[in-house]
Amino acid sequence: MSELIDPAVAERTLARALANGGRFAEVFAERRHGFSMSIDESRIEAVQSGAEEGAGVRVVDGGTTYFAHVDGLDPDDLERAAGEAAAALRGGRRQPRALEAVAVAPLPIEQPPEEVSAQRKATLLRELDERARGQGKEIAQFTSSYAEARRQIAVANSDGLLTGDDRTRTRIGAQAVARRGDAVETGAETLGAHRGFELLEDDPGQIAEQAARKALTLLDAGPAPSGSMPVVVGGGFGGVLFHEMTGHGLEADHIQKGASVYVGKLGEQVAQPLLNAYDDGRLPNEWGSDAIDDEGAPTQKTQVIEDGRLTAYLYDRLTAERDGVASTGNGRRESFRHLPIPRMTNTYIAPGESTPEAMIAELEKGFYAVSFGGGQVDPATGDFVFGVSEGYLIEGGRVTRPCRGATLIGNCLEALMAIDAVGDDFFMKTGICGKGGQKAPVGTGQGHVRVGAMTVGGTEL
Amino acid sequence: MSDLSATAGRAVEAALAAGAGAAEAYASREGGREVRVHGGEVESLTAATQSGIGVRAWIDGRVGYAYGTDLSATGVTAIAARAAEAAAVADEDEFAAPPQPAPVEALLGLSDPSVEVWTTAEAAQLALRVERTALASDPRVVAVEQVVYADSSERVAIASSTGLAGEYESSDCFAYLQALAEGEDGRETGLGFGLARGPGGLEPEAIGAEGAARATAMIGASKPASRSCPVVLDPTVAASFAGLIGGALSAGAVQRGRSPFAGRLGEELAGEALALRDDGRDPAGPASAPFDGEGLPRRRTDLIEGGRLRSFLYDTYTANREGVASTGSAARQGYRSLPSVSTSNLVVAPGALSFEELLAAAGEGVLVTDVAGLHSGVNPVTGVFSVGASGRAIRAGALAEPLREFTIAGDLISMLGAVQAAGAEARRVPFGGSVSTPPLLIGELAVSGS
Repeated sequence: MSELIDPAVAERTLARALANGGRFAEVFAERRHGFSMSIDESRIEAVQSGAEEGAGVRVVDGGTTYFAHVDGLDPDDLERAAGEAAAALRGGRRQPRALEAVAVAPLPIEQPPEEVSAQRKATLLRELDERARGQGKEIAQFTSSYAEARRQIAVANSDGLLTGDDRTRTRIGAQAVARRGDAVETGAETLGAHRGFELLEDDPGQIAEQAARKALTLLDAGPAPSGSMPVVVGGGFGGVLFHEMTGHGLEADHIQKGASVYVGKLGEQVAQPLLNAYDDGRLPNEWGSDAIDDEGAPTQKTQVIEDGRLTAYLYDRLTAERDGVASTGNGRRESFRHLPIPRMTNTYIAPGESTPEAMIAELEKGFYAVSFGGGQVDPATGDFVFGVSEGYLIEGGRVTRPCRGATLIGNCLEALMAIDAVGDDFFMKTGICGKGGQKAPVGTGQGHVRVGAMTVGGTEL
Repeated sequence: MSDLSATAGRAVEAALAAGAGAAEAYASREGGREVRVHGGEVESLTAATQSGIGVRAWIDGRVGYAYGTDLSATGVTAIAARAAEAAAVADEDEFAAPPQPAPVEALLGLSDPSVEVWTTAEAAQLALRVERTALASDPRVVAVEQVVYADSSERVAIASSTGLAGEYESSDCFAYLQALAEGEDGRETGLGFGLARGPGGLEPEAIGAEGAARATAMIGASKPASRSCPVVLDPTVAASFAGLIGGALSAGAVQRGRSPFAGRLGEELAGEALALRDDGRDPAGPASAPFDGEGLPRRRTDLIEGGRLRSFLYDTYTANREGVASTGSAARQGYRSLPSVSTSNLVVAPGALSFEELLAAAGEGVLVTDVAGLHSGVNPVTGVFSVGASGRAIRAGALAEPLREFTIAGDLISMLGAVQAAGAEARRVPFGGSVSTPPLLIGELAVSGS
């Protein structure tokens, strides 16, 4: 961390930030490196690399945060940013505490991707391309992307904290287009982690095959049903259901503004006793994990639902202060150009005792949403929507035919209470979550989950 | 020459020195601020400056890109070298070639001096006025989750080894709020927004009132019965769909077989009621500029006219593939991104019907005022969509009870064919890119509720 910002410079910057008063000041310095490329029409393209650095300085006074950010880490620029952040304050000078460095062990990276040749990354994408096209002549298009990103951060604040983290994430994605006559379908799959190139040692090509298989399966799809029915949701990225339905509504900023259906529900039964759920920023090398959050607080495992009871909200520093509690290590920011806000890390429904087979066998008629393209929620009303990327009809206790173009909609509180089975086939998947104009890598996970009734919006009326 | 153009020029030279056969540099410098307001108080004030450069290098038919924030001489040299290095990794593509210069006409009116003149305190007052208006306009509005005001002015410079050189400045400004109304069973939210070149062009009272009206309108909403029926899209929703259609009209998607419009040029896709164009030079359009993301002149392109599909949108690469001219449609998300084909300002031509006449023409149907889940509920390759929606019932040609928790589903091509009428009053909306559109009447769409 000291390579990013000299402690003496940090102290001067904090002193400048508090020159006109304020109860808290912080400087967040960051160096970002990114490298990515893709394959399309079996050609390597869009090879690009980026290097950015800069810092954000905030001063908090009363209920107001004053924030300024600059490019570069030049000491003069940092002080200028501090001066800009403090410009609107009119109080007397306050002295920040002397900085005391807190060492943090970053998550272990075995093979830093920047040490792997670009050619090897290109070769990997070519393999994915071949694997996908090998699934059948009906694979008309295939595109795949590789991305690595490293964020070195340092946080220093007026409470005397000086700490930092070094994070490397690697992710590949695959998208296949299948065509048969006039029918066109797509399938997508991703693999990512807070890891280096070692992530891709096993068999990354399988995501290409999975994407191709999804697209091919959908060629036989009929229209999706519409109306209210039981829905079995697949494991892994199916966890985005909980992320949207509940996770966002537990972020303390929404709670404190009365813009969440979970306001005042702490301790209440919001789900069946079979449901346990967590936000865990410490899952080893998981996509949404970090050693510390972007305010320097250690990440932690927070149980948000215990036997169906709501047990916790997710806090950053300022929202925690307001509620008189400790931060849960959920203060995250997209970059030095953004203010930290309460965000999920890895959010998941813990494994239950049911199995996918049993959940499906019990249904006379239902819908099986294996995976989603994504989802969206309005935390204030609880209304949510999920686009189903791979879905099937369930009839007579069996999965019968694939469906195209289905969306699930509903209201959080009703749908959460309607979860009546949780599977033991737990795994995690990666997502990119957007909130307040900021993107964050988040993990979602679960085994299969069954919701007793949800509205499926298709075209078959 | 400004220092920004000089920096871009130096980057081009450095890329050539690093082995590139041709190079282009795009540099930008932006200053802006953001104010967030809640509960009568300023929640946060942000002062932002950011600058950076992106360098595109060609080595024969191989293209590489690099970007960074270090605009010092050594910084720019390093970025340029990384671009050339990246190009060496790419595969050769016979159509990849640097854009050739074309005459660029100046475009006035992109900057509003009020951005510079207004103090941050005045901007905060504007945001507070938005909140106050929303709270005062209806007792059922119990809170405003947040009012966000933001403005920025940006200078862009581009230079290339083929002789392209240009620079312009523009300013932007917007404000929005999310109003919370107390309903019978929980809270309802309503979005209000406005956009302009500068704060002087915003109407805080109108923004606040819109958020309040949208939130209170949803109180007591219920699910509609599932059926196929006429649907009126209000301008915010029509804009989202126009944006999806505009995206699918990118020649990049079409040429790679990833657009429902592939192979349909010249076909009659819509009735006479619908005309769609892209206008990169409309001074009021936020995406307007004298030149696009690779330095070629922005222009107006008719996309759907007289019901027929007239053109796709092209950048240099996609134009080379078909032996046509670029439509000046290369867009960038700042210095970080490679240019790629995108709409600038989409314009759906207004029709003749007032909003009331549009509802009357719908007869029995649904007015959609909000859609959710567009990023996951629409397949851009096939055009098939199913998205969450809320709005109002239309009964006997007039607005009736509020509706929520339903979906509208179909596919973009059928939807275009089903557009029966466009309203007379257009609105500029920042959804789906930058879109100016009136409300649209769709003859038939699948509505799924209870």
